[in-house]
Amino acid sequence: MSDFIATFENGVVKIILEGKLDALAAPKLADHLKTLVGQGVSKVVFFAEKLTFISSAGLRVIVFAKQKMGADVSVFLIKPPQEVVDVVNMTGFEGFLQIQETFEA
Amino acid sequence: MDRIDIFPTREIGGFPVRAGTPLPFGASLVPGGVNFSIFSSAATSCDLVLFRKREREPFAILPFPEDFRIGDVFSMVVFGLEEEELEYGYRMDGPWDPEHGHRFDKGKILMDPYARAIGGRDVWGEDPDWSDPYPHRARIVPDDFDWQGDRPLRLPTEDLLVYEMHVRGFTRHESSGVKYPGTFAGMREKIPHLKELGVNCVELMPIHEYDEFENSRISEATGERLLNYWGYSNVGFFAPKAGLAASGRYSMQVDELKTLVRNLHQEGIEVILDVVFNHTAEGDHRGPYISYRGLDNKTYYMLTPDGWYYNFSGCGNTLNCNNPVVRGMILDCLRYWASEYHIDGFRFDLASILGRAQNGAPMAAPPLLESLAFDPILSRCKLIAEAWDAGGLYQVGSFPSWGRWAEWNGKYRDDMRDFLRGEAKAAGGAIQRIMGSPDLYAHKGQGTSSSVNFLTCHDGFCLMDLVSYNGKHNEANGENNNDGSNDNASWNCGWEGPSTDPWVNALRLRQIKNAWTLLMVSQGIPMVLMGDEMGNTQQGNNNCYCQDSPISWLDWTDLERNGEIHRFAKGSVAFRMAHPVLRNSGHFQHRDYVGSGIPDISWHGTKAWNASWSDTLTLAFMLCGKHAKGGSVQDDTLYCAINMHWEMHGFELPDPPPGTRWHVAINTAMGSGQDVWESGAEPPLGDAREILVADRSIMVLVAR
Repeated sequence: MSDFIATFENGVVKIILEGKLDALAAPKLADHLKTLVGQGVSKVVFFAEKLTFISSAGLRVIVFAKQKMGADVSVFLIKPPQEVVDVVNMTGFEGFLQIQETFEA
Repeated sequence: MDRIDIFPTREIGGFPVRAGTPLPFGASLVPGGVNFSIFSSAATSCDLVLFRKREREPFAILPFPEDFRIGDVFSMVVFGLEEEELEYGYRMDGPWDPEHGHRFDKGKILMDPYARAIGGRDVWGEDPDWSDPYPHRARIVPDDFDWQGDRPLRLPTEDLLVYEMHVRGFTRHESSGVKYPGTFAGMREKIPHLKELGVNCVELMPIHEYDEFENSRISEATGERLLNYWGYSNVGFFAPKAGLAASGRYSMQVDELKTLVRNLHQEGIEVILDVVFNHTAEGDHRGPYISYRGLDNKTYYMLTPDGWYYNFSGCGNTLNCNNPVVRGMILDCLRYWASEYHIDGFRFDLASILGRAQNGAPMAAPPLLESLAFDPILSRCKLIAEAWDAGGLYQVGSFPSWGRWAEWNGKYRDDMRDFLRGEAKAAGGAIQRIMGSPDLYAHKGQGTSSSVNFLTCHDGFCLMDLVSYNGKHNEANGENNNDGSNDNASWNCGWEGPSTDPWVNALRLRQIKNAWTLLMVSQGIPMVLMGDEMGNTQQGNNNCYCQDSPISWLDWTDLERNGEIHRFAKGSVAFRMAHPVLRNSGHFQHRDYVGSGIPDISWHGTKAWNASWSDTLTLAFMLCGKHAKGGSVQDDTLYCAINMHWEMHGFELPDPPPGTRWHVAINTAMGSGQDVWESGAEPPLGDAREILVADRSIMVLVAR
């Protein structure tokens, strides 16, 4: 994965994902999210239109966002490709995030 | 603070490495790298072979330096690996000396016995590359699933109601309507069906990595491709079968299975795995090198004095279960499934092999079975033995148990099938089976939950076929109908196979209701077979091991076609669950020990208090509700009249407890709506002192 682009504003973390979110890319993203723990995050939004693949390690970053970013954090996956949706559904991670076509802050 | 040993000490083949730790065996993630650890008692040297996922040629071969070996274990940490994209194997050098048990071949790449995920058969039925030098590939998985507070359910054993099922067969048929047919994810979608039926435990036929292409062939009879559908042939004991996961092609079978277990637990359903530790998929001396044969043949297999494979499994080889190293592996494996997958129990295929010594002789106190019985991590797991093997050892009632092991009660199946089809000589056995087989277990101090009661299981006829066929019809298996058991104790009700005769079909329906009722009123753990709750047929095939086809797959349109069976099955399950007096853990004492005025169980016949103990087709028994669960809970008093005769009989009723009257809970002679009644809605019987029980039918009364 090339570098992700992340912003943080008004409690909303926005991250644009590109390419593969796998074991190579996941630790860096997780490290970034860790820096925001305790900063009042309420929503983590992954823009996934250009994501091509998500691996087990990638899904674990999403679980991390849901569980460790703070109480009642909502996690969104915006416009992921069907293959990514399938992986999320097959493995039962759909309970951790909301899959949407768009995100309105 | 970081550990101070997370840096490499040298390079091998361009890779930074350091000496590893022998424990745990297998491949484990450590800071910055992977710790590889592999045992061989007789190898002279060992190479670690590393592949990028699905690539035919390795990208690295790293010989273990001699100083990376402690005892008989090679271990090494390799740094900087992309673990998600990695597949690894080993090459072992050592003697080729079959007479002394050694079959080393340095040309073979060998799978890690502790591999927790295995590639190579990622998608079920997808033709593999037969020339692949390393067909079953060890992979690395993270053990960090989020269980969300889940843990094994610990249901009391005597309260279990087991549903034996095949993950693929459950939803593979297009009628299942699930999004991911034939997979763990597909099964998850059908949990509501299990919940509606009322079972609280699923026993999954093998879900460990096996090779569906083992002995694959085209059936001469049908032209269909035959596969190893059942999976009783293990490639790897620690890995879930990728081909049973919708996400197998993404190597995410571990997450998919764990999610299934978590969801089942959320619905109050335990998960028992069918484990096959009696042999491996490597077969005999003509079989392939997958792992064990090339790593340490003499340790992993039971060998004759001149080095041939013992075959107590009927599958070519026998795992050397009571070798201390193999014993350790089995223990590690079960602990792993119990702790990492939250598995609630295990059913051991051909478990009698687990009690054989290294020379094949049965042992009185096999160390493996003792270890499992007293293991601290497995202490709440259900342990269930298929208490026989293919070498002639039959141990139902005598399996070494230390009070911990239950058994598939083959005698329950045999006696009750005979009784069901109207053989009066089976009455004596039926009485014992209904009481939880005290003749087999009481003298050993084992309770009723030692007995797993079943009329049908994956092996043999399903229930619809049990009442539709006198003989097996296994032609589709391509073995000229020579495979499968000839002893089925079945009865076709007057016509072989599907019938348009309403009389025949009505009788079959009644026999199916009788079978459900007998199971539900018997003490012990009832087990039902997937599909029996909806009259599924296997077209007379009693050995579907190779049928990855509609013969095996559950046809969900049966729910509508056989709605009456489904309604009755649900009703009879609910009846059992509503009455703790049917789920005692201790055996009956045949006396009144709570002051209720009647004994815990009393046997009757067509005359009250006057039972025949043998050569009869009319049996009745009364269970005193005040004795439920040893008198610790209060239940209604129940009376059950069983008429397996082909003529109607009157049964004189014993008096119900003072202040109560008999109500009809079950009458298998009646049609839907009047055959089984919800708790509280049972119609009263009036003042009758006698009931007429129709030919081949059962009535169950409840006093209230």
